[in-house]
Amino acid sequence: MRNQSIRTAVTLAAATSLLALAACTTDPSVTEDPGGSAAASPEATEQEWFDQALYDEQFEQRTADFVGDPEKPYLQYIAGEMKDTSDLAVEGAQKVCFANASISNPWRQTGWITMNQQLKVLQDSGVISEMETRDAKDNDNTQIADIDYFIKEGNCDAFIISPNSTAALTPAVERACDTGKPVVVFDRGVETDCATTFIHPIGGFAWGIDSATFLSERLQEGDKVVALRILPGVDVLEHRWAAAEKIFTENGIEATDYFTGADPTEIKKIISDELATGDVQGIWMDAGDGAVAAIEAFEDAGKDLPVMTGEDEMSFLRKWKETGIDALAPVYSNFQWRTPLLALEKIFKGEEVPAEWVLPQEPIPADELDQWLELNEGMPDGHYAKFGGEDLPGYPEVWQERQMP
Amino acid sequence: MNKARGDGSIFSRLSSTHIVYLVALLTLAVGSVLVATAGRSFFSPGNISSILTGTSVLGFIAIGQTLVILVGSLDLSVPYVTSLASLIAAGVMANNSANILAGVLLALGVSAVIGLFNGLIVSGLKVHGFIATLGMGLIISGFLATNFKGSFGQTPFSFRLVGATGLGPVPISTLIMLACAALAMLLLHRTRVGHQIYAVGGNPNVARMSGIRIQTPVITAHVICSVMAGMAGLLLASRLGVGSPTVGSQGGYDLLSIAAVVLGGTLLAGGKGSITGTLGGVLIFAMMDNIMSVMQVNPFLKDVVRGIVIVVAVAVYARRRIVNRPPRFGHDGHSRQEMPGTEETQEVRA
Amino acid sequence: MSRTLTPSDRSAVLQQNRAGRGERFLRALRTPGGAVFVLLVALLAAIIAVNPSFGEPDSFIRFIGRTAPIAIAAIGQYFVIVSGEFDLSMGSVVTMQVITAGNLIGDDDAKVIPVLLLMFALGAFIGLVNGLVTTLLRVPSFIVTLGMMLALLGLVLFWTGGAAQGNPADSFRQIGRGGIEGVPVLGVIPYPVIILAAVAALAFWLMRRPYGRTLIAAGDNPTAAALTGAPVWWVKTRAFMLSSLAATVSGILLVGYAGVHPSVGRGYEFTAITAVVLGGVVLGGGRGWVLSAAAGAFALESLFTLLNFVGVQSTWRDSVQGAIIIVAVAAAAKTWQRKRKGTAAPAQEAQPPKKAKQSEHHNGTTAR
Repeated sequence: MRNQSIRTAVTLAAATSLLALAACTTDPSVTEDPGGSAAASPEATEQEWFDQALYDEQFEQRTADFVGDPEKPYLQYIAGEMKDTSDLAVEGAQKVCFANASISNPWRQTGWITMNQQLKVLQDSGVISEMETRDAKDNDNTQIADIDYFIKEGNCDAFIISPNSTAALTPAVERACDTGKPVVVFDRGVETDCATTFIHPIGGFAWGIDSATFLSERLQEGDKVVALRILPGVDVLEHRWAAAEKIFTENGIEATDYFTGADPTEIKKIISDELATGDVQGIWMDAGDGAVAAIEAFEDAGKDLPVMTGEDEMSFLRKWKETGIDALAPVYSNFQWRTPLLALEKIFKGEEVPAEWVLPQEPIPADELDQWLELNEGMPDGHYAKFGGEDLPGYPEVWQERQMP
Repeated sequence: MNKARGDGSIFSRLSSTHIVYLVALLTLAVGSVLVATAGRSFFSPGNISSILTGTSVLGFIAIGQTLVILVGSLDLSVPYVTSLASLIAAGVMANNSANILAGVLLALGVSAVIGLFNGLIVSGLKVHGFIATLGMGLIISGFLATNFKGSFGQTPFSFRLVGATGLGPVPISTLIMLACAALAMLLLHRTRVGHQIYAVGGNPNVARMSGIRIQTPVITAHVICSVMAGMAGLLLASRLGVGSPTVGSQGGYDLLSIAAVVLGGTLLAGGKGSITGTLGGVLIFAMMDNIMSVMQVNPFLKDVVRGIVIVVAVAVYARRRIVNRPPRFGHDGHSRQEMPGTEETQEVRA
Repeated sequence: MSRTLTPSDRSAVLQQNRAGRGERFLRALRTPGGAVFVLLVALLAAIIAVNPSFGEPDSFIRFIGRTAPIAIAAIGQYFVIVSGEFDLSMGSVVTMQVITAGNLIGDDDAKVIPVLLLMFALGAFIGLVNGLVTTLLRVPSFIVTLGMMLALLGLVLFWTGGAAQGNPADSFRQIGRGGIEGVPVLGVIPYPVIILAAVAALAFWLMRRPYGRTLIAAGDNPTAAALTGAPVWWVKTRAFMLSSLAATVSGILLVGYAGVHPSVGRGYEFTAITAVVLGGVVLGGGRGWVLSAAAGAFALESLFTLLNFVGVQSTWRDSVQGAIIIVAVAAAAKTWQRKRKGTAAPAQEAQPPKKAKQSEHHNGTTAR
């Protein structure tokens, strides 16, 4: 037995060195310079996530005019550079390949359901023959492999990519672009503009500005805000906090941040401990998951309910209505999951699309609460009010039962 | 185990490593049929390269994990070592190919130091490997979360080639992984410390009484395991082009590598098992993932399938004898619990 | 096996057990199972020093209430660990039960009891599967329960599409959220405190029964236990069932405490195992006291609370937790070594560290 395994070891070693001596075949799609200035500059300063230019831009975009029908927010965009796609025009149903980061949280699941219903519409109208999806389960390395697989084996006529992270996925997205097929990137961005269009709501800074401004207007200098954050290191979430922290500091509001992993148990403990050490006047969240536990911590401690910002997640909206707190629901528009397929429809027709497709991102204020609750009656707690799929087939059962392939 | 040997059937005479590869072959057969029904070829270069790419990262970590498990410990800190190594490598290299060597050495050096600490805590402070490495993993994870917010550094083009180059459909990274596996096998079967690893994992008391310093093999195994996790980090830095503080935990490599090792026929209690088996286990996982991705299985159901396959596969050969243990340390039948002094303990309690 | 108890050992043991009550108590505190109580008291003292209001009866009882779910999970995990196994499926069981309650009960009070029964049946069934696959199919429990963890969570998420319908009826949530009002001094006794006390008493009683003794024997030396005629497979299988049932109780409490969300229960298995080990219970089986496991859970929660109160930067918390776990367990291991050298016979000099278990057992019997 022992001899056998040594033989295996020697064979392996020999084979490896032999292969290494042979001429290497470098994957030609790996290019020397990814996207020119694609380097993730190694700056480790405190303000790493804060970007004044981006902050100012998103501050303006909150009040910008959107082109298109307000009844169809998933097709609206801020006027800007348009991309000519006439050379991408094709006849007949096309095959779409979708490299998804994951469906590991209720927001992504809701979007994924909507996307599949949108797909059915476009399949019926003969625009898309099929969509092949690979789910990377939140893993950069897997998603890179998924994109490479699509390029080599997928027979794809178009790519949709929802990147798991920005810098790491940039080269893979560029390889997809090099095929000459349309590439649509949505949600998180990448450090290249090679994609046909990049679809996203205004962004994290806008979220932070909306929510922190709301709290700052209602609180006084010296008041305490507890910031509940899901996890560190995710750009779309870090941007929200970067903007909010700046505004809290400017207004003299004391903000303490915690990472909760979106676990309501953690949230309730954190708030209980904070209430045990002193009063808390405001709650800020970078995502609405577990908002109910935060409010219940106040109820159980017998304290006055806080001013709060959550998200357009149903559990928060329902608890907001039930308790009548002073609150705002910032929105990271879930309807963006419809847009990539609709963008491809335009591209296949050769119609121009925005190079950067900035979708509206409007928070839900108190006076719209009833309207959104009514629209989404019967939806599960993990559903997002602005999912934008009311006119799609299967509404509302598919979302109520959260059916996904 | 003895009971199984008495069955006398051909099946019972197969070693666990044989069964691992039979399972792998079965997966291959089922996979090629399923993939064909989806209108694809399982054996196309693109698919083979996709599967092999899937084996590399897990392979590195599982090789190290095999050594640690053989010596009777565990390593749950591997994902964080992997992330740290990717950050060190990408940070030091900073897109300059002159720094590649420095980046690689520093990343592996830091990994080795972490492994040294793990080994010292386990063998010197007598902390169970599960807790020692869980704690070490938490310490590193806090360090990563505090000091790195998102991706960091950049690896130069020539270093990125390692992750992107292949000989035909076989990625270079897979070959490096196999070379590491070969080295680990030589270590296990041809060196004194290799035999000591089996001996200590099999029965620490007997090993100690036969004059082995338990510290040496435990520390060696932990250092190599962390270095292998560091290698995985280097490969990821090469594939991603940047370092990432979450790239290790994204893969869930701690539990997955342990599962791959056990799937490969290594005894979780230590002392018995082989690198060859582990490679089979890793291959089974990679093929399974590939097949399910081609079939577009619901991501939630993927975990269900994975969980069931792990248990069923291990159950298939759980009663088989487990091989590739150097014969000079006696035959099997010594379970770790059978230590001198246990009977009197019963007596005292009674 | 190779060594029997010498007369001098035996008299040392007898002497030890004959020692005065106070001395025995002090000696018990020096065992790993006792040291956790010292650690717990130290942590609680530190919390009160930082935030005196924590020491007031009403906030302290609330603290016990919110620690109850993890303490109950730790007690369940104890049964499995002391029998020499692992239960990694605990977190997934908690999540499954939480979502089951959310989706099946809804707003209907009449469904509370039937669904509650269903949840216990599910919990017992999962434990039965874990146990039988481990004992009869001889798959290592680490792998069985890892597979169960993946499969169960995957199934639950597949079934629900990742998110639950919503919180169940308030009558169900009261179990984890409510309490007996108007109690003098304390103000309120949360139901979780009462349930924890009941579970702890039950576990304590169970470990003194022949079942508990056989369980420890099975963890210590399954071969020897089997030779005495004990049905090791069934003893261990019941331990897995107790673990899953404990996870079920935790889940029921968490529905009330935190509400229904798919991330409730995440990481519970590691927290529970850490708590058990912090309580001086040895991974690998055969040693440890069940109430020390519960105390380990309290120590862990106190640590988290202390970190909240002193305002450690949120990203550093993992590191502090990791360091303290290692130090605590290393200190416990050191205690055995000292005990071994101090009180046990000199004949043990040349024996490996694992042998330290013998002297621990003496104290184990004392503490028990």
